Amino acid sequence: MSDIAERVKKIVVEHLGVEEEKVVLEASFIDDLNADSLDTVELVMAFEEEFGIEIPDDAAETIQTYGDAVNFIQQAS
Amino acid sequence: MSNNLMAGKRGLIMGLANDKSIAWGIAKACADAGAEMAFTYMGDAFRKRVAPLAEQLGVETLIDCDVSDPASIDAAFAEIEAKWGKFDFLVHAIGFSDKSELRGRYVDTSRDNFLLTLDVSCYSFTAVIQRAEKIMNEGGSALTLTYYGAEQVMPHYNVMGVAKAALEASVKYLAEDLGKDGIRVNAISAGPIKTLAASGIGDFRYILKWNELNSPLRRNVTTDDVGKSALYLLSDLGSGVTGENLHVDAGYHVVGMKAVDAPDIDVVTGRKD
Repeated sequence: MSDIAERVKKIVVEHLGVEEEKVVLEASFIDDLNADSLDTVELVMAFEEEFGIEIPDDAAETIQTYGDAVNFIQQAS
Repeated sequence: MSNNLMAGKRGLIMGLANDKSIAWGIAKACADAGAEMAFTYMGDAFRKRVAPLAEQLGVETLIDCDVSDPASIDAAFAEIEAKWGKFDFLVHAIGFSDKSELRGRYVDTSRDNFLLTLDVSCYSFTAVIQRAEKIMNEGGSALTLTYYGAEQVMPHYNVMGVAKAALEASVKYLAEDLGKDGIRVNAISAGPIKTLAASGIGDFRYILKWNELNSPLRRNVTTDDVGKSALYLLSDLGSGVTGENLHVDAGYHVVGMKAVDAPDIDVVTGRKD
């Protein structure tokens, strides 16, 4: 697993308070990891801070799963 | 930066969302200065965010309060009165608008969202002051948060700018009404800060970058900057100040045009439109 994927997973686990095993690539933040709509905004803000990148609103809306987040950040950084 | 400026003072902080909130910067500054506080939140989604922050500052009283519901505000202040009898300061950091109208043109604002935005972002301050004044000690201080988009046109701020203009005007009228009882009412106009609420504003990064490059201090402000200035207005340091709108914006409000040394912003942001 890449360094980026590990760092994204750490943020997701800490922010949502979920078990690490549940954070698989296809896990949906809202449907599988019990995130509410505010969590998804906070996660995007945390990703931007951790990776020093900017995630525009329209891109943020496409980030639904842990895998989406990893893919986006890998391409952006 | 611990001090005793707020020792013996009790205050209610309304509108804390998470550790990025301006209200959090203010609450931390007040806690450092020895204040005892209670927090309000709206609904379970915010309770789970606010509870760990309250614990961090040793705040025991958390009250569910929906400022668009008069009965909910009554209940919140009844709880404050039952707990403290009287109290000394109030921070109002509450606003709301449909985010689909915080982009594009102001002229397209719907009536429903206009009324909702003005109700939650402006009238709620008057509504909470109505309850607060009855149980506030002489020397009390109330503070709300506004933004320069009330005074000048900012891209995307739209109906929120209109609501903040009304809020700033209401600060002046409230200052007059409560001044006779020795209670002060002020606003802080904070520069742009990346908060949960700001995430609803269209193209907020552009606004942040512009302020960073063009404000006299050549930086953006932090929630700690706002917290320190709030401490001045909430404590006796600000005893002669009421009806004021204090700009905590790295000086941006005095600027008339782009700084000579500021690079072309499209180069900085990579925008190509």
